Amino acid sequence: MGALISLVAVAGLALLAAVGASTGDGLRFVLGVIIPGVAFAVFVGGIIFRVVHWAKSPVPFRIPTTTGQEKSLPWIHNSELEAPSGLVGVIGRMALEVLVFRSLFRNTRVEILPEKEKVNYIADKALWAAAMAFHWAMLIIVLRHFRFFLQPVPAWVEMLEKVDGFFQVGLPVYYGTTFLMVLGLAYLLARRFFDAKLRYISLPTDYFALYLLLGIALTGIVMRHIEKIDVVHVKAAIVGWASFQAIVPIGVGLWYFVHVTLVSALLIYFPFSKLVHAPGVFLSPTRNLANNNRVRRHINPWNPDIIGHTYAEWEDEFRDKLKASGYPLEKE
Amino acid sequence: MAEKSPQELIQIDFTPPPRNWMNPAVDFEARRGTWSYPTGVKSLEYLGMPNPREWSPTDADWKLPENWQQIIHDGFKDLLKKYRTLEVFMDICVRCGACADKCHFFIGSGDPKNMPVLRAELLRSVYRQDFTTAGKILGSLAGGRELTEEVLKEWYYYFFQCTECRRCSVFCPYGIDTAEITMMARELMNLVGLNINWILEPVANCKRTGNHLGIQPHTYKDNVEFLVDELEEVTGIKLDPPINRKGAEILFVIPSADYFADPGTYTFVGYLMLFEHIGLDYTLSSYASDGGNFGLFNSAENLKKLNWKIYHEAKRLGVKWILGGECGHMWRVMHQYMDTMNGPADFLEVPVSPITGTVFENTISTKMVHICEFTSDLIHNNKLKLDKSRNDNLRVTFHDSCNPARAMGFLEEPRYVIENVCNHFYEMPENTIRENTFCCAGGAGLGNDENMEMRMRGGLPRGNAVRWVRDHNDVNRLACICAIDRATLPALCDYWAPGVDVSGIHEMVGNALIMEGENERTTDLRGEPLVPEKEEQDDV
Repeated sequence: MGALISLVAVAGLALLAAVGASTGDGLRFVLGVIIPGVAFAVFVGGIIFRVVHWAKSPVPFRIPTTTGQEKSLPWIHNSELEAPSGLVGVIGRMALEVLVFRSLFRNTRVEILPEKEKVNYIADKALWAAAMAFHWAMLIIVLRHFRFFLQPVPAWVEMLEKVDGFFQVGLPVYYGTTFLMVLGLAYLLARRFFDAKLRYISLPTDYFALYLLLGIALTGIVMRHIEKIDVVHVKAAIVGWASFQAIVPIGVGLWYFVHVTLVSALLIYFPFSKLVHAPGVFLSPTRNLANNNRVRRHINPWNPDIIGHTYAEWEDEFRDKLKASGYPLEKE
Repeated sequence: MAEKSPQELIQIDFTPPPRNWMNPAVDFEARRGTWSYPTGVKSLEYLGMPNPREWSPTDADWKLPENWQQIIHDGFKDLLKKYRTLEVFMDICVRCGACADKCHFFIGSGDPKNMPVLRAELLRSVYRQDFTTAGKILGSLAGGRELTEEVLKEWYYYFFQCTECRRCSVFCPYGIDTAEITMMARELMNLVGLNINWILEPVANCKRTGNHLGIQPHTYKDNVEFLVDELEEVTGIKLDPPINRKGAEILFVIPSADYFADPGTYTFVGYLMLFEHIGLDYTLSSYASDGGNFGLFNSAENLKKLNWKIYHEAKRLGVKWILGGECGHMWRVMHQYMDTMNGPADFLEVPVSPITGTVFENTISTKMVHICEFTSDLIHNNKLKLDKSRNDNLRVTFHDSCNPARAMGFLEEPRYVIENVCNHFYEMPENTIRENTFCCAGGAGLGNDENMEMRMRGGLPRGNAVRWVRDHNDVNRLACICAIDRATLPALCDYWAPGVDVSGIHEMVGNALIMEGENERTTDLRGEPLVPEKEEQDDV
């Protein structure tokens, strides 16, 4: 049900864009200039708002989840990346988490064999592989798009394109990341459909994000490989947009407007949805803090001014019993 | 004991129910054996906590305060302001499901709401509805859910079906920690008087007497004397452990179960033998008579109050530093909370082993050392006379307790001690130890008898791994460094891996220590013969 609602929503957005763009310059201006501009502002502003909001809320306790040996006695080998003792280790741990999805790489699948009374844990890297494929492909694709924003095209963009199009298949060349992104997304979507557990926990918004990303990828593919739209017009349109010249994109076709509208929707949706996991992972206190609790005192800014049951109160309550048992007392 | 046999219990159906999870319905009557009794009136009143009353989860009316929704809403708002963890964890979950089958309660029950992701969603759905723009406008379409009485009842059921073991947080790509979420949910439920007796009666006891079991100082002394007398029968040596002695160098803090019940008591005498062996200048305290702290499980305020006495007593007695016994959640408190809550411990000195001269550099702020760190250092410096063969009747495996493993990274120290006092040590399968360790399923207040079916279900992964080493390596002893483990794992082993006994590590240290003036040992500290029975020898 949630899957269907979200599909309708994303398809509706695409259709609106196509219909709008086909009505003429007025709506083309809105779809090609105004909406992307607003979306970009919302995206940047929204992310800043989110991160500042999180950063403002205190971290009362230092609670890293340790996944390896602590630093204790000098002759016991400690694991700096799994239980960092200081900043360098934390940076390393976060880098592994953000760049290669360290925690997801641990993933296992449980299997119970009742007749043998055995529980097995089987390494399961598929989710990790799909997540890596999708996220890295998307990053490279976004970077490749700088070809449209910058004049002249920087050398590093051309380098990326060369590497990405290494196999020289098709005209224009098919990029490896195109396949990786679509395959990654397809897997992430398929498991929500076919894994009963995943289907059960999935919300409409989980499908929405995937459809949106798939829509963006597919419209991009259509433009590049099927429509083979004129890149010069696209570049003119985007450079114009990026340099705040309010011109109506010309010669780019309907797919362009659908693509840009879906991207705009994603940008607007991003800061207000689970997609904020991207900046959020940097602020996760179980990962970004050192396991040096007994070395450096962590300060809780709202540490309440309360004390426990004092020794004096305790001695008063049990005085007779303490005396009878021959305990040394503070007050006789 | 759980009424179902292990063969029945292991038939687990992982098919989710057809009903959308957002529609809550927990039938407490039908699910007896999987939930814990609510807190009694006396304890809540003694602690000054809200809404003391007689009630049962099976009642239709839970006698909530009239404006309970407002109370929880305001409480939620307050917690969001105080904890970045809560805010971030509410916002960033993508429901990838990596955590799902990492939870022992999900593995053992198949109940989808025991998937950590869905446990958190129980709270998160209300968060979206009340505190996010999308949720306020789109409601359930954005994953929002109104906090109804049915939802609240579901909170009670599932947030007291989490042992705060943090295994899911190891696997979460964002480190979302369900322990933290469960603690927050329990804080919220405290506000309207929903909490369990197995947590708050001990907390009330601990506030009054200094320990969760409510042992008063004269009984404390009697217990210690009784255990020392028993030790004399086995070894012929007479110990006289100091209690509340001012001017000692070290205050020794332990979980109260260690001087109360088997098998913790054997570990207790193991500590005392060690201290006698090395001539340590220390004292026990019948006021700071519990390092364990059930406040951790549901209330930061209770946590701080109960923990406060440790530094207070150290100061009163004028000790130089603090040594702590084998206890899991106690060590999470001592490692991650004590200094922040009740420090700085600037009246203490940096811990130095008086025997080896080792400076415990990793404790320079809290000034508290774990007994396994202390003993490892002694062994490493050859300060102990040990006869490993005295543990030859034991074939040992080690259960990493959740908190030392995942909140301290305390993995090698206990293993080093075991390997130096035992000849036969075998690890359980690698996905069930170290940071991947599985909970005893009785932590965080759930180790009570009325919850036995859920304990055995949640105990399946641990029990099954113990069974594996029992069958493959003839293991007969499950060692651990946690008092809750020592209290709950015996039942779990009897159920899933019969024939395996549970003990602390310092019990085995005590077995191996060659004490000055001791009688020749023919039995271990439990009075079991050191030489295996004849027929068993033939087996080997």
